[in-house]
Amino acid sequence: MGTLRIMTLGEDHHSSQGAPEVPVTDKGKLVAAGILLLIPIVALMWVPSYARETPRLFGFPFFFWYQFAWVFLCSAMTWTAYKLVLAARR
Amino acid sequence: MSGVNGVALAVLVVLFLIVTVMGFLASRWRRTESLDHLDEWGLGGRKFGTWVTWFLLGGDLYTAYTFVAVPAAMFATGAVAGFFAVPYTIVLYPIIFIFMARLWSVSHRHGYVTTADFVRARYDDRLLSLAIAITGFVATMPYIALQLVGIQAVLEVVGLGGGDSVIAKDLPLFIAFVLLAAYTYSSGLRAPAMIAFVKDGLIYLVILVAIIYLPSHVGGWSEVFGAAKEKMAATNPATGAPTGSFIPASGQMWAYATLGLGSALALFMYPHSVTAGLSSGSRNTIRRNAAILPAYSFVLGLLALLGWVAIAAGTKPLGLDGKPNAQLVVPQLFEDSFPSWFAGVAFAAIAIGALVPAAIMSIAAANTFTRNIYKEWLKKDATPAEEARVSKLASLVVKAFALVFVLTLDKQNAINFQLLGGIWILQTFPAIVFSLYTRWFHRWGLLAGWAVGMVYGTVKAYQVVNPLTGGHFGGSLAAIPGVGDLGYIALTAFVLNLLVTLVVTVALNAAKVSNGRDSTSPGDYYADAGDPRVRADLASTDDLTRGEPQA
Repeated sequence: MGTLRIMTLGEDHHSSQGAPEVPVTDKGKLVAAGILLLIPIVALMWVPSYARETPRLFGFPFFFWYQFAWVFLCSAMTWTAYKLVLAARR
Repeated sequence: MSGVNGVALAVLVVLFLIVTVMGFLASRWRRTESLDHLDEWGLGGRKFGTWVTWFLLGGDLYTAYTFVAVPAAMFATGAVAGFFAVPYTIVLYPIIFIFMARLWSVSHRHGYVTTADFVRARYDDRLLSLAIAITGFVATMPYIALQLVGIQAVLEVVGLGGGDSVIAKDLPLFIAFVLLAAYTYSSGLRAPAMIAFVKDGLIYLVILVAIIYLPSHVGGWSEVFGAAKEKMAATNPATGAPTGSFIPASGQMWAYATLGLGSALALFMYPHSVTAGLSSGSRNTIRRNAAILPAYSFVLGLLALLGWVAIAAGTKPLGLDGKPNAQLVVPQLFEDSFPSWFAGVAFAAIAIGALVPAAIMSIAAANTFTRNIYKEWLKKDATPAEEARVSKLASLVVKAFALVFVLTLDKQNAINFQLLGGIWILQTFPAIVFSLYTRWFHRWGLLAGWAVGMVYGTVKAYQVVNPLTGGHFGGSLAAIPGVGDLGYIALTAFVLNLLVTLVVTVALNAAKVSNGRDSTSPGDYYADAGDPRVRADLASTDDLTRGEPQA
C-alpha cells in the first residue's frame, strides 16, 4: 500500500498560467492519516461508551479522566497524521 | 460581598495599564509604513510562525468562554451544560487539520482574506458570498457579547458598579465596552497578538495556582466530585427537576455529543478563527498547531472543573444587586480563597483574557464587512485607506451590537451566547468546506440550504424558553426530529441544511443550470510558502514590513 502512487488529473494542465501542479500523492498514507484523525472524533462522540463513574483515577470519575486522556491521545494521533501527510507528498 | 476590594482593584488596574501600553507599542512591532492598509491593520502582515500562531489561536479559542461561561455552566447545571467543551476542543483539531491547509493554500494563491472571498471566487456568485459574509458578521456578535459578560463579571466581583440607578447597574459593562473599543481601534491585530503572550502567561500562572491549591483547600478532588454529585442530584425548587447532570444520563447522550461536535465544526467558520489560521506563515504551520493546541484543551477541562470546586467550597456568587449570578462564580471563588493581591492578578488574567479575543473577533468581523459587503456592494473603488477606515468603524459597530445582545438576552447563561453564534455560523460550513474539495454542489443549492438552516436554527432557538425567567433564546437544545432526545440545534439545522443543499443540487445539476465560473485551479489547493504566487502574496505585505525598523 505504501508504494501506491497515483497521478492526479491536475498534473496535465499545470503549465497553463503557471498554476502549480497537484503534487504526487501517496494515497495509502493519506488514508492512514484520515483514519488517525477520525478515531478521536468517533471515540468522543460515542458518549455511552464512557458516561460512567468507575473506575476512578486520583478521585476523578471515569467520565472525566477518560476525556482528559483523549487530549493526549488525540494530540499524538494528529502529530502522526501530520508526519504521514508530509511523507505522502514527498 | 461588601464594597470595593481596593487591593484587588489596584492590581487589576495596574496590570491593565501595562497591557494597554503594550497594545499601543504593538503598532510599532515589526513596524510598517502605516496601518492604513487592511492587510496590516487586519492581518498583522500575515507572517506569523508556529509560536505566534499558537498564541494567537489560543487567544481566539480560550476566552471568557473558558474561564467564566463554562465553569458557570458547570456550577449551575453540570456536565452536559459545561463539560462538553472538552470533547469540543479535542475533536476540533482533527477537523481543522483536514481542511485548513487547503484553505490556506488557495487563499494565499489568490490573496483571499475571508471565507466569503473564497466562495465568491469559487462560484463567481455575489449572493452566496454575501450570505457567508453577513452570517460571519452577525454570528460574531453574541460571541463578543460573551467576552463582555466575562469582563463585567470581574468588575462586578471587585465591587465596581451596582447601586440603584439603571446606569450604575450596568456601569461595569460600559467600562468593559469602552476599554475594548478604544484599544482595538488604534492598533489592529498586532495589539492582541502581542498581548496574547502576556495574557497566556498570566492565565497559566493563575490556573496552575488555582488547580494545585484550590482542590486540596476544599478536601481533594473526591470531595469536589462528591459535592457536585450531591448538588446536581438535588431537586431544583423552581423546576421540580434535578438541578443538573453529574455525568450524562441515558437521555442526555445526544445533547452532550451534538454540543461537542456542533461547536467543533462551527468554530473555524468564524471570521476570527479564519483570520488566525490565514495569518500563519505557511501551509503546514496550522497542521503543526493542530497537534500542539490540545494542550489548551487540558487546561480548559481543569478550568471547567473549577465550577465544581466552587460547589465544594460553598461559593455564593451574588451580584451587586443581591441576586445570585452563576457567571460570577470563578471570580468570586478567587476572591474568597486568595489574598487580595493574587485575586487582583487572577481578575486581570480573566479580563485581559476576554479583551484579547474580543478584539480579534471584532477586527475579523470588520474585515469581512469591509471586503465582502462594503467594497463588493457599496463602494467598488474604495482606496486602501478608505477600506482601513471602514474596517475600524465596522469593528465599533459589531461591538455595539454585542452590547445590545448582553443588554437584551439572559446573561445568567452566557455560554448560550456562544452556542447561539454557533447555530448561525455552522450553516456556512457546506458552502466553505465542501467547496474546498468539489464543485459538485450547486451554488444555489448551497444558498438554499444555508437559508433553510438559518431560519430553522433561529426559530428553534427563539422557541427555547428559560423555565426560570420565561425569556426566549433561553438555551440551545431542542428535541432532535426522529430521535426524540434533546440535541444542539446547530447540528439539527446543519443536517437540514445538507438535505436541502443535496436536493436542490441534484435538481439544478439535472436541469444543467450553470454553476458559475471557477477562478481557482486544482493545484492552488496545494500551494505552499515557496510557490511564486504565494510568495508574491506574502511579499505584497513584506515590502511594507521591511520599512525602516523604528524603535
